[in-house]
Amino acid sequence: MRDLLDEALAGVAARPTRLILTTLGTVLGVAALVGTVGLGQTAAGQITQRFDLAAATRVVVQPDDKGGQEGEAATQLPWDAPDRIKRLNGVEAVGTVSSLQIGDDLVENVTGLNGGTGKALQVMAGSSGLWDAVRGVLKTGRFFDDGHDQRADKVVVLGKHAAERLGINRVDSQPAVFIGDEPYTVIGILDSVTGRADLNDAVIMPNGTAKEAYNLESPDAVEIRTAVGAAQLIAEQAPIAIEPNNPSTLTVDAPPKQGAVRKGVESDLNALFLLLGAVALLVGGLGIANVTLLSVLERISEIGLRRALGAARRHIAVQFLVESVIVGFLGGLLGTAVGVILTVGVSWVRDWTPILDNRLAFGSPLLGAFIGLVAGTYPAWKASAIQPITALRGT
Amino acid sequence: MSTAVALPAPVVEMIGVRRFFPGPPEVQAINGIDLTIGQGEYLSIVGPSGSGKSTLLHLLGLLDNPTDGVYRLDGVDTMSLRERRRAVLRGERIGFVFQSFHLLDHRTVLENVALSMVYVGVPRRQRMARARVALERVGLSHRMEFAPTTLSGGERQRVAIARALVAEPSLLLADEPTGNLDSANAEAILQVFDELHSEGMTLAVITHDDHVSRRAQRQVRIVDGTLKW
Repeated sequence: MRDLLDEALAGVAARPTRLILTTLGTVLGVAALVGTVGLGQTAAGQITQRFDLAAATRVVVQPDDKGGQEGEAATQLPWDAPDRIKRLNGVEAVGTVSSLQIGDDLVENVTGLNGGTGKALQVMAGSSGLWDAVRGVLKTGRFFDDGHDQRADKVVVLGKHAAERLGINRVDSQPAVFIGDEPYTVIGILDSVTGRADLNDAVIMPNGTAKEAYNLESPDAVEIRTAVGAAQLIAEQAPIAIEPNNPSTLTVDAPPKQGAVRKGVESDLNALFLLLGAVALLVGGLGIANVTLLSVLERISEIGLRRALGAARRHIAVQFLVESVIVGFLGGLLGTAVGVILTVGVSWVRDWTPILDNRLAFGSPLLGAFIGLVAGTYPAWKASAIQPITALRGT
Repeated sequence: MSTAVALPAPVVEMIGVRRFFPGPPEVQAINGIDLTIGQGEYLSIVGPSGSGKSTLLHLLGLLDNPTDGVYRLDGVDTMSLRERRRAVLRGERIGFVFQSFHLLDHRTVLENVALSMVYVGVPRRQRMARARVALERVGLSHRMEFAPTTLSGGERQRVAIARALVAEPSLLLADEPTGNLDSANAEAILQVFDELHSEGMTLAVITHDDHVSRRAQRQVRIVDGTLKW
């Protein structure tokens, strides 16, 4: 057994250049397979990661629109909704958000600039927790806190685009904006928010201020940021927490159940990539079969000699088979390395988290060996069928 | 027809061996040969090309099967053996020396010699030691780690002889052993054969060269598939 392995290894090592050329097909095939599957998994992982961060943790509670149809007062969200929600396990941040009806009032800066033509700037109101609930990132300054809210301070935070249109990019000089005739001090500018794009175009003031200035009766919506995986649960619990007597009067926006989307994307990508890899592997296998067959023809006299030295047909067949398996295994090993490097490299360039199934990384060299086995079967049979007299004649 | 030999157990015993190659036209390469080679004999089989001497060598070396007749090697009836057993018998009992050496270029001289013990079940640890001894016997102890391609023709043939001897065969079968060598190297090879003969080895040398043939203790001539004395 060990002799066979030694003989096969020596046979493989005898022609290093050919070995490299022979493995090339398998290297490419396995590299394509590992690389594409690795990148597929990585890409799908990125997609699902974005899902997780952006949408999968967002729950929005709003009053049911139908409630107000027959003149009866629509369900109103209570002001203490954030406090009620905050008690739920799995909630990371919660805040209210409301659009304010400002009538004919315009939002202007001190020089009368009002953001030019197009859609007028929105004025919105929020609780102090809103910023956190929508994953707000501040460009400069700060968000208002409960103190501003309770005192009904005339302060605002500008959305990103609102700030651009009003020509305000610093808050250290305490710039002011006018809403109608009332001046408000800008204390912060948002850089980005998630899920509530309308905040970008808005001037946001504390709820308390809005209550005083525009008689805001109740919040429009409650924005909830949950822990990963808790969104479904919170979506069920939130209406009951807010409106224990009448939870069905509230509408809840929750992310779709995870899994369905992710699975769909992954299987689409992987099916395509696997097909590509399989084609490459087929080509690699044909390459091994071809070169092994060629090498059988070249080594006819060696085969004859071995037969003369007492090798049975079986020995010859197994030797060529083992050689072919070694070539396939080496190709698989190299290909796996190339594929892993490819996956990590692309991930590094694209700033992704590389994801690679361990089974793939460890199974691929074995796959290469298996391809070698299949590819070597015919040449091995051919070699064993060579008659020793034919093989020893001539030369 | 068979030559009576004094030694009790003949190495080779062929009775009425024939080998036809199916045609058309059918070729009667060996047409009824009786041949006995006794232990320690040094026999030469000489004949022109086309006389069937290569076929006889293949039959003697168990590389080919007679169409009919009886062939006993060391008393073992080879006709009834299956391929596997024939391969084992071939590896154990016969040492081949070919005209074109048939050394593996990518292996060292030592490895080439050790190769002939791989298929006959000599334990790994003994192989290298025995290969060294065999190479010393043919005067090549200074070339053991060389590649065969760096050796002269005479040296290569001596490696081949060492390889044939190392498994301790009953019969050394040489096919035109000097065919690819100049006269000086050929003479060296024939001297090795003489030494082996004097040590009691059984040798059969197949050649078309009378000069080579005359060195043997006994000569048979093969013409048109039959032996002439």
